Amino acid sequence: MDGTFLIDIVTKLLSGLPLTLNLTIIGLIGGGCLALILNAIRTSPFGNSVASAYVFLFRGTPLLIQIFVIYYGLSAVPFIRQSFLWPVLREPYWCGLLALILNDAAYTSEILRGAFRAVPHGSHEAAKVVGMTRWETFRRISFPIALRQALPAYSSEVVALLKGTALVSTITLMDVTGIASAAVRQTWRAIEVFLCAALIYLALSLLVTWLFAYVEKRLSPWQFREAR
Amino acid sequence: MIEKLSLVGFGSAGWGWVFAQAGLMTLLVAFTAFGIGLIVGTLVAWARVSGSKPVQMAASAYVSVFRGVPDILVIYLFFFGGRQAVTFVGTVLGMQGPFEVSAFAAGALAVGLISSASQSEVLRGAYQAVPKGTIEAGVVVGMPPLTLFRRVIAPQALVTAIPGMGNQWQGTVKDSAVVSVTGLVETMRQVAIASGTTREYLLFAGVGAVIYLLITTFSDHIIRITERMVRYGEEVKVA
Repeated sequence: MDGTFLIDIVTKLLSGLPLTLNLTIIGLIGGGCLALILNAIRTSPFGNSVASAYVFLFRGTPLLIQIFVIYYGLSAVPFIRQSFLWPVLREPYWCGLLALILNDAAYTSEILRGAFRAVPHGSHEAAKVVGMTRWETFRRISFPIALRQALPAYSSEVVALLKGTALVSTITLMDVTGIASAAVRQTWRAIEVFLCAALIYLALSLLVTWLFAYVEKRLSPWQFREAR
Repeated sequence: MIEKLSLVGFGSAGWGWVFAQAGLMTLLVAFTAFGIGLIVGTLVAWARVSGSKPVQMAASAYVSVFRGVPDILVIYLFFFGGRQAVTFVGTVLGMQGPFEVSAFAAGALAVGLISSASQSEVLRGAYQAVPKGTIEAGVVVGMPPLTLFRRVIAPQALVTAIPGMGNQWQGTVKDSAVVSVTGLVETMRQVAIASGTTREYLLFAGVGAVIYLLITTFSDHIIRITERMVRYGEEVKVA
């Protein structure tokens, strides 16, 4: 256990941090947009069953198999190999990102669905009475209330996605986990290397948790006010 | 098309039996991990609600660590790290290598400890939802702690905990797929082997997905039935 080895390893691992963060942030944005669309189509009966089937499929199977299907499965289909999608689906980065987005959307859409349901009916009526259009009601009433409601559960989903990005190392991507496994194959010092990698993820997860706790406190201060 | 279907069948050219075994292995890993998670999770939850300040902080740190580190890293750490540790100890004792760690044991333990962190949160929440008055009433009539737990706390807390624990079980089933990185032949690993051999990636990934969907859907039914059974006779709250 020597210091130079550890410093060397941590520097190496940190060079994978941009990719991990990139996948997490773009995954969250893509997943969030798709989740909103999934909630929007739930207004029609057909759309509702499509959204339900989507959620069933992506929440009922492991993320690892979803990554496998997109990276290995789709590239084995001749039709896709000839289509305009091929230059994208050939790259492990886009396959990994696509899997993360699709997976995150399923979980986030359920969180949002619960949150939208929790918006008090009276606030909708009030918005209608003052003459807001449907879009205005969504933008100024339902969405802000639902967002605040969804924060604690969403915080867990962000951490879950961050942890999920580690699985893209199985399709040759060199994120923090990918670099760690490569380093272990070279040095055979599994404990030191994987512990260092674990610490990096732990720091990120704690940061996310604290950030959400802070935002939650700011958005609903009355719930946290000390009893005097 | 028929040719492809015979690949997933139970005939001589089919991978059916192999996948049935792999599915059972997934269940076995998940059951073992969930059991470990339940035992450790109960202890951690207990430490968080009734321990001294340092014990509470240690339990809370434990939960943060296992909820903040990717599953794949924990599994790598237990499997490859475990091998490194065993090799070190073995060499010091003057034994001959190569040393190996059981993929099943390392994987199930890793997934189990990850699950224990989340299970402890569910159990803690369920305990805190037990009305304080009922505990006080139990104390007043002179129940010893164990009786109090058995007759007052557990019956109420377990009912509250069922949906949350159901979610944890589903999570454990899905986490067990990551154990495939150790080479243990469960469903995910079998998908990789079969599709690598036959070059039928999409077909076998589909088979794997169906196995997981069967397990999670069936579990979901059992969880719902259990919840309805234990809530029998309770006031039904219509949402």
